[in-house]
Amino acid sequence: MAGDQAADAKTPADAVLSVQALECRRGDRVLFAPISFAVGAGAIVWIRGANGQGKTTLLRTLAGLSAPTAGEVVWTGAPEIAPRPLYLAHANALKEDLTVAESLRFLLHLAGQHVDGRVVEAALERFGMASRKDAFVRTLSQGQRRRVALARLAAQRELLPWLLDEPFDALDAAGVELLAGVIAEHARRGGAVVLTSHLSLPIEEPAPAIVELHAPAFA
Amino acid sequence: MSGTFAVLVARDLRLAARRRVDIVLPIAFFTVAVSLFPLGVGPEPQILRQIAPGVVWVAALLAAMLSVTQLYAADHADGSLEQMLLVPGARIPVALAKAVSHWLLTGLPLVVAAPVFGLLFDMTPAAIASLVAGLVLGTPVLSLLGGLGEALTLGLRSGAVLLILIIVPLCIPAIIFGAGAVAAAESGLSARGHYSLLGALLIFTAVLAPMATAAALRIATE
Repeated sequence: MAGDQAADAKTPADAVLSVQALECRRGDRVLFAPISFAVGAGAIVWIRGANGQGKTTLLRTLAGLSAPTAGEVVWTGAPEIAPRPLYLAHANALKEDLTVAESLRFLLHLAGQHVDGRVVEAALERFGMASRKDAFVRTLSQGQRRRVALARLAAQRELLPWLLDEPFDALDAAGVELLAGVIAEHARRGGAVVLTSHLSLPIEEPAPAIVELHAPAFA
Repeated sequence: MSGTFAVLVARDLRLAARRRVDIVLPIAFFTVAVSLFPLGVGPEPQILRQIAPGVVWVAALLAAMLSVTQLYAADHADGSLEQMLLVPGARIPVALAKAVSHWLLTGLPLVVAAPVFGLLFDMTPAAIASLVAGLVLGTPVLSLLGGLGEALTLGLRSGAVLLILIIVPLCIPAIIFGAGAVAAAESGLSARGHYSLLGALLIFTAVLAPMATAAALRIATE
């Protein structure tokens, strides 16, 4: 019985996020068997599943963009006034007609983070994009756009929980290593990370916990 | 959150400045549409003077509908809209900011250009003044309702036509009172009643349309 999975979920005392018997639908189709898991501070959770199994929908539900069909998502540890988790979607949310620095600054301002040029530049530097900071986004390759979108992570000072949808997509080997370093550093500082990836994660410390999405059992 | 509002309006104006063609197109459409009438109806000054307010208002409505179809579509496609809606309490400021930047980029130029078209149609100075005053109150209504229509039809295949079918009936009161104000001024009556109704319409739309738009955006991104 799929519902029994709930018993496996151990809720650590420092849980940032706990998910109870969550079920999501896309149209009429139930995407995955109900899942329960908890994410502690400083933990990395790796959501795995086949294509179309609902990894993106799960992350959108955790971010609060979609409502779950059943079960609940509880963000604990953060008071009501605290900002929501930082959600990086598959789409990069960059405007073709803005420059790299303008795009990044807009996204940071939107999330309520008022930063000066130095922070923006340092974040771009971290992802190797500082030399292109005045270039228009439309002149960048897919991998470079991904790096700019990811530079948001490097500009964070608060320990917001991160929700990352296929963050390693389009990155080259050096980029993958760089991002793995940023994620591991965030976790070591005590930030929580939930991510999806179809590549194996090049992160060893802290070891990622795996949550597998399975097809729902037939009713 | 006033922060979201200001950040978004500033960004939209900056994007528009980088794509000047997009600003020129609605006003060019307006010019062409209005200029066609003297050619089609004939150069009789009496007739032109009579149809002028209606022509200008209908052309303004069509120009607004034409330009509103891209209000949310680009942000929806590249993921920006999702990021905006993730900010707690930002849905209504987002809807309001989008309507304000749409008005600044299309409504305001129409208001500025309207006196020229008044002269083209041989309107009296009093009539031109009431046309401009009516447009100042009425074009924000068109932007607010257009934003609602765009949010409702976001992601649909034939969204643009559907948007016009949904929103044009809602814009009829603005046209009636806007054109009515000019007619009243032309016949020497006070247009104050028409302005009051347009003002009431603007307040009503400014309060309710952003809420409805916010709800529609939520459904569109779910």
